[in-house]
Amino acid sequence: MDHDLIDPPGAGLNRRGMLMRCAGWAGTAALYTMTAGVASSISLDAALAANGYGGRTKPFTFLQISDTHIGFDKAANPNARGTALQAVEKIKALPQKPDLIIHTGDITHLSKDEQFDDARQILSELGAPIFYVPGEHDFLDEGQGKAFLAHHGQGTIGTGWYSFDHDGVHFVALNNVANLKPGGMAHLGDDQLAWLSKDLAGLASSTPVVVFGHIPLWTVYEQWGWGTDDSAQALALLQRFGSVTVLNGYIHQIIQKVEGNVTFHSARSTAYPQPAPGAAPSPGPLKVPAEQLPHMLGIRTAHFMRGTQPIALIDQSLS
Amino acid sequence: MTAFPFSIRRVALCLSAVVPAMGFGLMAAAAPSAVAPREVAIKGFAFVPQVIMVKPGAVVTWTNADEDPHTVVANDKSFHSAALDTDDKYSFTFTKPGEYAYFCSLHPHMTGKIIVKG
Repeated sequence: MDHDLIDPPGAGLNRRGMLMRCAGWAGTAALYTMTAGVASSISLDAALAANGYGGRTKPFTFLQISDTHIGFDKAANPNARGTALQAVEKIKALPQKPDLIIHTGDITHLSKDEQFDDARQILSELGAPIFYVPGEHDFLDEGQGKAFLAHHGQGTIGTGWYSFDHDGVHFVALNNVANLKPGGMAHLGDDQLAWLSKDLAGLASSTPVVVFGHIPLWTVYEQWGWGTDDSAQALALLQRFGSVTVLNGYIHQIIQKVEGNVTFHSARSTAYPQPAPGAAPSPGPLKVPAEQLPHMLGIRTAHFMRGTQPIALIDQSLS
Repeated sequence: MTAFPFSIRRVALCLSAVVPAMGFGLMAAAAPSAVAPREVAIKGFAFVPQVIMVKPGAVVTWTNADEDPHTVVANDKSFHSAALDTDDKYSFTFTKPGEYAYFCSLHPHMTGKIIVKG
């Protein structure tokens, strides 16, 4: 994937071209590259037009993995554990080792302790720190999240939100799967929004921000609940930043949107695909021929290049 | 001592012959019976039927036919299931008249209602 990043300026790369290229990868993981510290007008378009490694300091990559659904064994993929292992192998084979990994939720299928343990064991081979947010499948135990928090809640706030900084990039981990309301979509809640406001308050607007959570922070398809009902309040807090990258899972497919300086990206699952919005009677697991399945699962890499322009994302399928 | 168990067996035999017939008769004659159990399927990310009307005392049973887990949670939290995996069931007995709106706490766009009317 490095070749994507060292394309010289004017090589004809634009966002659409990149998206098409991403689609061609049909993959499992997402890799993000970040270029920090640039003040205004940081956008994906600019990132893609930028001269690859022209930054002043070392660029870094991080990786997104999502919706591993450890424990899932239904028809759409009887061996979700096996495809998670394939994703791990794919990540280990990447030419550039990611500094860190984010898991955007649905680590497990049924919030069972043994599934959390198994997922941890599978992912421990990656050799990079992993930052988790829960999906609704990680929050369906009787304790409504107690299992997730017991496994991954150390150092988090509330139902599991937190932030951290890496090489000048501010990462915000949100939980929008707790305490959902009848008839609504995903929900952040007043406590988390108040925390987010404080968390962002001290940051310069030039700080690149990466926000990650399970369910999309923009409304992808309301009829299926694919959105977050109070996301506008979160986005209002993020508006002043020059570069905001919002990463999510949940819908098991790549969908992207740009809104001002905010780019939204949903990632593939490593377990099973889901239908495109409205393309099926319901959003349940999509059954595809076995040989087609690896093309619909994937990971994502992100490249960040300090001093030039922001994040470039590359999605790769498992096959 | 030997005759006693024998007589019990005869009674049991009698009952086994009669009870199914009684059950059949009740179902045929009193379909809208106050306590007829009711079924709600959870399929295609929906409660089917979405609204049902039952008599006080009715047991309602939800069965998850989806590959995704779902829950049955009253909006006012007066009843709630554990997460139901594929083919799992949850039953609740509605004793008091009223309207009970509920939803799936994992997929909150899934909503349903039980109307209990005497």
